[in-house]
Amino acid sequence: MTKAPLTTPEERVALFQKLFSDTIPHNKALGLKVLAVAKGLASMQLDWRPELVGNPETGVVAGGPLTAMLDGCCGMAVATMLKNPMPFATLDLRIDYARPAMPGQPVIAEAECYRITRSVAFARAFAHQGDPKDPVAAAAGTFMLGTKGKATRAQSIGRETAR
Amino acid sequence: MSGSLMKRLAESRKTGDVARLAEAIPYAKWMQIAPENTTGELLTRMRYHDSLIGNTFLPAIHGGTLGAMLEMAAIFHLLWETETETVPKIVNITVDYLRSARPRDVVAAAKVTKQGRRMVNVFAEAWQDDRAKPVATASAHFLVKSSDEAEPSL
Repeated sequence: MTKAPLTTPEERVALFQKLFSDTIPHNKALGLKVLAVAKGLASMQLDWRPELVGNPETGVVAGGPLTAMLDGCCGMAVATMLKNPMPFATLDLRIDYARPAMPGQPVIAEAECYRITRSVAFARAFAHQGDPKDPVAAAAGTFMLGTKGKATRAQSIGRETAR
Repeated sequence: MSGSLMKRLAESRKTGDVARLAEAIPYAKWMQIAPENTTGELLTRMRYHDSLIGNTFLPAIHGGTLGAMLEMAAIFHLLWETETETVPKIVNITVDYLRSARPRDVVAAAKVTKQGRRMVNVFAEAWQDDRAKPVATASAHFLVKSSDEAEPSL
């Protein structure tokens, strides 16, 4: 590496925000905010917005935005584990909806990639609204590594975290 | 969930215009996900727009949006094809990603695998040009209250 390593957590978060949310159109459309990144770990936030509502009478967010955030958050946790950038894709994703998200409040996702092999990575995530012991949703994602194409810049963040 | 959505469902049934169901759901409108029954089979379509992209290199549609539209397809199917008197509440969903989805419309169909009194298992499948080559499939559980359960009998 010729580039100077990123020294502060703030710098890393700012870089991952750019690579993972600002340059991925759907993550940007949802307004996903990267909160924290470390090797094997990723955390992001989804703010409540009227367009994301699934139930107009209660204002509860639809399942879709949570699915997209949990998929993205698991994917980001996987990317932090890759010493050498490679393209990867979600193989399957299970979401358990534990309770409705309280309207008007952000939802926070915390993902962990707990195992990575040559071909497959396994991740878990929870979504909550401030109290991790009171989750809104839980996710389990499996990712296929070394899929077709080139690694995106977001898939190359392991260079910054895997040291 | 919503009385307004069930009212919209009753109206749509009268006119046969299932697409109006999506108008009651802000997220479906924002995502451009709507049911259609032009072929006699209830399908759900997610119209392509640039903010669906998840991978700009391929380019491919974000996997999360495929999960979202499969979930909506299951909900529209339950509302339209079953006797549910309340909006189905999703318990969980498992999505299998089979192919990357290209920047084009995605269409999905759903079917009930098992209908219980309180719980329904739904299978949904999404494709683009060729129905024989699905881009993603999903199986989901929903809590429903069927009409025979609407009034508790003692």
